[in-house]
Amino acid sequence: MQFLTDRKRAQGLGSGRGGTHHHWQMMVTSMLLVVLGPLFVITFGLGLGGTYEEVLAYFARPLPALITILTLAVGIYHVMQETLVAVEDYVPGIAGKITMVVVTAFSYALIAAGIFAVARIAL
Amino acid sequence: MADVNRGNRPLSPHLQVYRPQLTSMSSIMVRLTGIALLGAAVFVVWWLLAAATSQAAFGGIDAFLRSWFGDLIMFGATWAVFYHVLGRLRHVLWDFGYCLEVETSERLAIGMFGLATLLALICAVAL
Repeated sequence: MQFLTDRKRAQGLGSGRGGTHHHWQMMVTSMLLVVLGPLFVITFGLGLGGTYEEVLAYFARPLPALITILTLAVGIYHVMQETLVAVEDYVPGIAGKITMVVVTAFSYALIAAGIFAVARIAL
Repeated sequence: MADVNRGNRPLSPHLQVYRPQLTSMSSIMVRLTGIALLGAAVFVVWWLLAAATSQAAFGGIDAFLRSWFGDLIMFGATWAVFYHVLGRLRHVLWDFGYCLEVETSERLAIGMFGLATLLALICAVAL
């Protein structure tokens, strides 16, 4: 026991840092998605199934384009935070840190690609 | 001072040795649907990106998403969206200090499963 350092004792047991902010972000995005989630399901459901021209015309309209962009941004950010907590819980050590970097990079890339696609169709 | 007492600390029961309950199962499902939706978002973005690229690129992914397997993925994703939204709404209620009783939580859990299934079926029929 006397070989246990203070750092070793504290490591992995969690500290304040970004926890409160993370939790509040989950609360806010959860509330936003109560509105955006169902709206997007309906929007995307109406968009899927048309011809190429119909799909382009549909997502060029303001409401489908805005709902899609907002839901992709808020929704993917929300599930990214969700996934990061799961990684913190179940993937220990350096593998966990690298997984968190990969998940974060992948999620933001997905948001960027989605917004780019809708912007290109709409503009 | 590394005065660690490892003898008589309270331990939180681990998933594998804990009897499955409505509260724990409905909570685990919230996390699973959240992670699954990150995967489902890939198909949505892929489809949009293909539509923004060319008719040829759009044709492939559109045919896949409209096949029976694509329908299955989309139905699962729709259910996951509704379940996750309702599950997170329950978290918001809890965090504001409401519905914290076990019985209320269990009733909400059944409500989440039921309402998500109902809403997903309505969307599947209507859209």
